Amino acid sequence: MANPSAVCNGHLHHHHQKQNNLLKSGICKKNGITKGIKKNGISNGTLYKKKFVEHFEQAPMYVAVFTFLGFGVGTIFGYLRDFMRAWGLEKRNVATEREQQKDFVPLYQDFENFYTRNLYMRIRDNWNRPICSVPGPQFDLMERVTDDYNWTFRFTGRIIKNVINMGSYNYLGFAETDVNALKTVTIELQKYGTGICSTRQEMGTLDKHVELEKLVATFLGVEDAMVFGMGFATNSMNIPALVGKGCLILSDELNHTSLVLGARLSGATIRIFKHNNIQSLEKLLRDAIIYGQPRSRRAWRKIIILVEGIYSMEGSIVRLPEIVSLKKKYKAYLYLDEAHSIGAVGATGRGVVEYFGMSPDDVDVLMGTFTKSFGAAGGYIAGKKDLVDFLRTHSHSAVYATSMCPPVAEQIIRAMKCVMGLDGTTQGLQRVRQLGKNTRYFRRRLHEMGFIIYGNDDSPVVPLLLYMPGKIGAFARRMLEKNIGVVVVGFPATPITESRARFCVSAAHTREMLDTVLNALDELGDFLHLKYSRYSKSSHPELYEETRLELED
Amino acid sequence: MDIKRVKDYIYWLYYQYLLITCSYVLEPWEQSMFHTITVTVFAMVVYTAYVFVPIHVRLAFEFFSQMFGGHPESTV
Repeated sequence: MANPSAVCNGHLHHHHQKQNNLLKSGICKKNGITKGIKKNGISNGTLYKKKFVEHFEQAPMYVAVFTFLGFGVGTIFGYLRDFMRAWGLEKRNVATEREQQKDFVPLYQDFENFYTRNLYMRIRDNWNRPICSVPGPQFDLMERVTDDYNWTFRFTGRIIKNVINMGSYNYLGFAETDVNALKTVTIELQKYGTGICSTRQEMGTLDKHVELEKLVATFLGVEDAMVFGMGFATNSMNIPALVGKGCLILSDELNHTSLVLGARLSGATIRIFKHNNIQSLEKLLRDAIIYGQPRSRRAWRKIIILVEGIYSMEGSIVRLPEIVSLKKKYKAYLYLDEAHSIGAVGATGRGVVEYFGMSPDDVDVLMGTFTKSFGAAGGYIAGKKDLVDFLRTHSHSAVYATSMCPPVAEQIIRAMKCVMGLDGTTQGLQRVRQLGKNTRYFRRRLHEMGFIIYGNDDSPVVPLLLYMPGKIGAFARRMLEKNIGVVVVGFPATPITESRARFCVSAAHTREMLDTVLNALDELGDFLHLKYSRYSKSSHPELYEETRLELED
Repeated sequence: MDIKRVKDYIYWLYYQYLLITCSYVLEPWEQSMFHTITVTVFAMVVYTAYVFVPIHVRLAFEFFSQMFGGHPESTV
């Protein structure tokens, strides 16, 4: 064998270098037969039908040092400014109590929003930017300037046109204003109007909802489904209906706020397992079954595992086959939140269940939202008919919240029919395929350039790590100058050392748009010094080209 | 043309310094204060190094050479 680390099992290990890679190719070479590849400690042939490659590369140590240094400088100046504000040397722009109420119990705890006041305010112009067009692959932005360092903004009246949109969750490109596409939505709007003025239980159930629910159930391959008006409320209001006191919730470390809120509202005991870490989950399950409830040692009434399909801050995909096998072994229930993965992964866009080639019966509660891939608003819960019938009567959202409005329901119906192919065209399938192509291309190019990217190779959410607080503001502002709109995230939403820029690839992005963005990123990466990856191929482009054996497209 | 490249490079270095120390986000007067402090500290470090390091290095060299090879010389 000429180059032992080059080819093994027909896959090129050059790109996805991990420590155990060399060991694996050593094994392959020794035996002479190609065995199943062990990726991340799991043997491939049994549970995973295709490669499961995730990257969570760590940056060099000096980056962490500089990040803390940057935060330190910000904190020192924050204390200085707070001191000046307290002693009247500077005008106070935050909320303070009135003079007459100074002796009362304080309403505003000043130190709590230290971070907001002193660090977030300085770069606040990168968030809450108002747009004035549909958030398709490009959008129009209202220009705003600040005279007092981001405490107040004013609009200049100018509109920045055709900013490339790398931040909207428009995975399949259904956020469009094309008149032909929205024909049925317009008809429904004229037939039903926009208001429902009632809850599902009273007079808010329309035939549109029934049609939509049947369609969602067919799309996912389950018995029944129920739709709600708001995606966040779907999680936070339905989990309390499913679990209560005496139950155990095992939730992933990086679950979304809606899941955390729903879990806390339910009153069940919550235990956290490390992100996507099956050993941690198994240990928690075993402990739960062996030791039971904390003081009475009784068996738990219910054990439910809360995971998401794609985690939107990391871009990682849940290890569904292993979790399902664990759940079957220990007899727990599984709640899968497919907010970002429905429509975005899977060969025909049916989500992570299809991506791993599993049957939807394996997951007890399938939840998802229509906000991301279908260009509408709202959420659904799907599963067995008994489960959905129970939720119809017992869920807070179903009983008390206003139901989904009819034009939005029609938008979901037409988008779903498009994806399923029921409208007679192959447009839906083309969109799903285009998204997959765009995702792989974008991620591959970013890896080649030498950026540190987190997440699975197939996930359309691409977090690019920035690390230092100074670079957050600089990156977002310079990208806007180049007419590209990005979303940057910093401390409270991510760990303190790992601030990032999150790109959402869309099926509506053309190759030219992606190339524009990639060139801008290349330039900016050099200018801001963001290319921390130690595994970039850009240092040996000719070597990469020769031995490339990609089995895609 | 070369002058422009040098100037761009120096600007780039200055920009990296701003980003790394997070003084990019500070207001102008805060930046001036921060630069003054940094330059002062840096100047003090350089001055101290200039004054003390050669003497210390020479003394350390003499100490170690005495310990390892200079035993016969110690009585002289």
